[in-house]
Amino acid sequence: MRIRLKVWRQENQQDPGKMMTYVLGDINPHMSFLEMLDTLNEQLLQEGSRPVEFDHDCREGICGQCGIMINGRAHGPLKNTTTCQLHMRSFKDNEEIVIEPFRATAFPVKCDLKVDRTAFDRVIASGGFISVNTGQAPEANSIPISSPDVEAAFDAAACIGCGACVAVCKNSSAALFTSAKISHMVLLPQGEIEAQTRVRSMVDQMDAEGFGHCSNTEACEAECPQQISVLHIARMNYEYNKAQVLKK
Amino acid sequence: MGQWKQQTLSRKNWMAFTGLFLCLYLVIHLLGNLQLFLPEERAHRQFNLYSHILSGNIIIKIISYILFASIIGHVVYAIIITLTNTRARKVKYHYDRRGAVSKWYSRNMGLLGTVIFIFLVIHLRDFWYVYKFGNLPLDAQGHKDLYILVISVYSELWYVLLYVVCMVALCYHLLHGFFSAARTLGLYHPRYAKGVRIFGWVFSIVICTGFAAMPVYVHFLK
Ligand code: FES
Repeated sequence: MRIRLKVWRQENQQDPGKMMTYVLGDINPHMSFLEMLDTLNEQLLQEGSRPVEFDHDCREGICGQCGIMINGRAHGPLKNTTTCQLHMRSFKDNEEIVIEPFRATAFPVKCDLKVDRTAFDRVIASGGFISVNTGQAPEANSIPISSPDVEAAFDAAACIGCGACVAVCKNSSAALFTSAKISHMVLLPQGEIEAQTRVRSMVDQMDAEGFGHCSNTEACEAECPQQISVLHIARMNYEYNKAQVLKK
Repeated sequence: MGQWKQQTLSRKNWMAFTGLFLCLYLVIHLLGNLQLFLPEERAHRQFNLYSHILSGNIIIKIISYILFASIIGHVVYAIIITLTNTRARKVKYHYDRRGAVSKWYSRNMGLLGTVIFIFLVIHLRDFWYVYKFGNLPLDAQGHKDLYILVISVYSELWYVLLYVVCMVALCYHLLHGFFSAARTLGLYHPRYAKGVRIFGWVFSIVICTGFAAMPVYVHFLK
């Protein structure tokens, strides 16, 4: 396969950045998208130029490190797929592929395709936990939890925090991410205890990071590699409204 | 201030409350105006009497103030929300195909809302302003003859078209707005969420077809 790449190049956070065009002559359709970028980087190193920086880790679709806008779509043309699970067979021979970083004010670009997603970490740190005394592991069966509740909480916990929901949202809203974390805990008895303070501080932090409002366009669910349901957003709203009403 | 600091979710709540109140108003407005479809004689008499009763009623007066406040609130919050959203992504995408994964009308609520707002201004000038401050002739019962006004306004074809186009915009606005309001207020139960969504679709179509049918009926059949 032969492809033309238009890649966003940006030295650092201050650099305004620009699109650069590269041509790759010999691409195997079975390569993953990231392997294609590796090939590009080898070519760039041989030419003596700076390779394109991009985030990745597991390359198995489970860690959430990878994340790029490919041809105007978060994680590329497939729905519910991470960038690392996208293969070159999803593109045509001689196709031009536009590659950009995820864009949001809360996700500043650090270099090329690499963005700073620590805003998510701060949202988690503000309330995405349960308070327990550490020590020996407690007896697992002492708190009975019904199987449907476990499954529902696990579905929410499947979020890998890749940031595609923010990238695809017209408002750069982090509602899907934040709500998945809130649902994950509020559905379990251990998490229910701090439900009210948690939802308030996490929503506060989400706002402080500069994410936008949720318009319920549901684009996030369509692109989410873990197919996190938008109904978690409704649950977050419910929990938040309940917490506001019951606030002392 | 901490107590009243507005957050993204509370702003959306206000959008939902005002929006749903406006939906309720649409129902009342539509039901009342169905009288236009009565046979000529009866429609004329009854419609004028109906408007006369409404304009003198204190409860209706209060509702109309809430209505104006809701419209203003809905618009003001829409502007604040849109401005915040624009700030949330200062650098735009060079190549953007994100539209493939969501409905166009869900992304253009502001645009549809603007069309509806302009329509409202025209609509209020046509009827509400003339009824309140204009010189309307009186009918046989001595009530202001709003019916004649309706007939004359809708006798222009381009006006009928304008009304119909605006009702299409309203329909799309409601298609997204109704279920979106329910979600904002926290309806997360999958079965009821789906029910509300379907109800919202039926609601939008029934309301907007009903309103659009009035100018068309009056123009072509009266
Ligand atoms: S690299 Fe881990 S999910 Fe893609």
